[in-house]
Amino acid sequence: MRCFTNSPGVQNAETNMKQFAIFVKKEFAHVLRDRKTLLILFGMPVMQILIFGFALTNEVKNSAIVVVDYAQDEASQRLISRIEASRYFEVNKAAIDHHQIEESFKQGNVKLALIFPQNFEADLMHQNKAQVQIITDATDPNTANTLTNYMTAIIQDYQADINQNASIAYRIIPETKMLYNPQLKSVHGFVPGVMALVLMLVCVMMTAVSIVREKEMGTMEILLVSPFKPLLVILSKAVPYLILSLINVASILCLSVFVLDLPVNGSLILLFAESTLFIITCLTIGIFISVRTGSQQVAMLISLMGMMLPTILFSGFMFPIENMPKVLQLITNIVPAKWYYIIVKSIMIKGLGFSAIWKETVILLGMTLFLLIISLKTFKIRLA
Amino acid sequence: MHAVKLDSLTKVYGKEKTVAVDRVSLTVEQGEIFGLIGPDGAGKTSIFRMLTTLLLPDGGHASVDGFDIVKDYAFIRSTVGYMPGKFSLYPDLTVEENLGFFATVFGTTIRENYHLIKDIYVQIEKFKDRRAGKLSGGMKQKLALCCALIHKPTVLFLDEPTTGVDPVSRKEFWEMLKRLKAQGITIMVSTPYMDEATLCDRIALIDQGKILSIETPQNITNSYPDKLYAVKAENMYALLKTLSAYDRAADSYAFGEYAHVSFREAINENLLKDYLREKGLTGVELKEIDATIEDCFINLLRK
Repeated sequence: MRCFTNSPGVQNAETNMKQFAIFVKKEFAHVLRDRKTLLILFGMPVMQILIFGFALTNEVKNSAIVVVDYAQDEASQRLISRIEASRYFEVNKAAIDHHQIEESFKQGNVKLALIFPQNFEADLMHQNKAQVQIITDATDPNTANTLTNYMTAIIQDYQADINQNASIAYRIIPETKMLYNPQLKSVHGFVPGVMALVLMLVCVMMTAVSIVREKEMGTMEILLVSPFKPLLVILSKAVPYLILSLINVASILCLSVFVLDLPVNGSLILLFAESTLFIITCLTIGIFISVRTGSQQVAMLISLMGMMLPTILFSGFMFPIENMPKVLQLITNIVPAKWYYIIVKSIMIKGLGFSAIWKETVILLGMTLFLLIISLKTFKIRLA
Repeated sequence: MHAVKLDSLTKVYGKEKTVAVDRVSLTVEQGEIFGLIGPDGAGKTSIFRMLTTLLLPDGGHASVDGFDIVKDYAFIRSTVGYMPGKFSLYPDLTVEENLGFFATVFGTTIRENYHLIKDIYVQIEKFKDRRAGKLSGGMKQKLALCCALIHKPTVLFLDEPTTGVDPVSRKEFWEMLKRLKAQGITIMVSTPYMDEATLCDRIALIDQGKILSIETPQNITNSYPDKLYAVKAENMYALLKTLSAYDRAADSYAFGEYAHVSFREAINENLLKDYLREKGLTGVELKEIDATIEDCFINLLRK
């Protein structure tokens, strides 16, 4: 009667490969046949890149500014006309009093005020040094910062021009004052952050949900009561999402290069290798979550709350880590996305090689191995 | 060798130590259809999950095909067929893809064991490109059976296979089980439907984790100790109340459109009729009947 028995040890490699292949095929069918999953998988990265790229851009155009010109001399007029010529500013020359400036800031009419002191030109010519004051509305620190940078650039431009015609170096020192938020920090390129976010979301949530779905539907019961090794179940769940995530990385990079004009300065191969490592980290987290949860909703909630939030808060993508209290700074170290964010930023934006990021890579590798061992150890070969 | 052997198998759940399966011992012979009959929550699914190595027992031993359910779980997993109570196929895969998937996972092909499932599969073959989620209940269940059979299991575990299936499909399903039995496959099936019990070779009546009786269906009904009558009246509620107040009756309970009433020994039917009319009941009908499995079950429960 038992001549056909597939004894567990007897199963040959070919059968294992066939089982693995059909499992991966089945997994792809699940993804490709479900429009919602497809939309999340491929629509979300595109949406996020476009939203961050265009709607949430740091570039500020046509900002209303007010100029208070106490000097009314040639130098101040020339500088003002230069500012008027730039596409960033819309100059309101209505001669308002110094004290009214804050009033117009409060009304939100102007984003920046430029104040020329009396004797601007005279100071510039005779003392080789003149001052202007820039006041910005820093309730929105990024805009304030950007506007200040634009303004400084225009002033320095003007300064460079007058230096060409003169033997003595005239200098204008802009004195900036950030209203409401004096210590603002700039925001870095968002593409590395979006990559970390998307991969975290896709890999963790999709894997966790897809394993838990099998539990919920009862198919896990059948899979367990089969010669198929539980380890292979996990592996064949992970492989399709690894491939799909790499496609996501590629599409994000394409968008960033061709649509946002943000080139990859470093090695593309290195970037993909590091991304693969991070994807595997995320997949192991997904498996870990799925082992411990019984319903798709719970798995999704844990993935969202437990992974998305820390990624947004603690990766340094939205909020600079240096500004956080020491305790939170320590917490950021256990967020894998933080290390991946540093790696991608270094490769993509700074154009650095492996020697600059080996430490982060080792940390990520260590996390992955740790999670992998834990989730494989805790994977249940039985129910409950 | 017994196909399945349970030796005071016990399962306890949770902190409250709820005993789901209480020292159950039974044996299933090779090639027989063995029914586990009992209401919801009797412990049927727990027994199935322990036998299919999905749950660890908290006491006792069990073996399937001679393999210990704890030690040799890997051997059991590759030899048995299991159809869980819930519909457990992939709704987004087609009929053929589901079957092909499970065939491959079990290390075989559809062609290799087609003869086993042929009778069943021909009925759903015309829907083979349809997604499993779009099948009717009866069709789904046939497909699930095909998937559980495709690797030619020695023992087939079917956990409430006919729950939620229409009467015609249920009848067909049991005919299929008979044909599988003819192929030498041992079948252990659980059901809450008492009428299906008679279709098994032997049954175990189970309630609250305890076995009440293990016998052939015939022997169980034959061993019903009392005389049983079916009574009908126009006002059923009043009838049931009157019967339960009738102290000569051993037991009485509603049974479909009748009330069943049992007596320790034969009675004079006219006396009972007169008594009921006296109590103001009209349209009284009375007849002696043979006990069904359900009557036996109720009788065992009341003890």
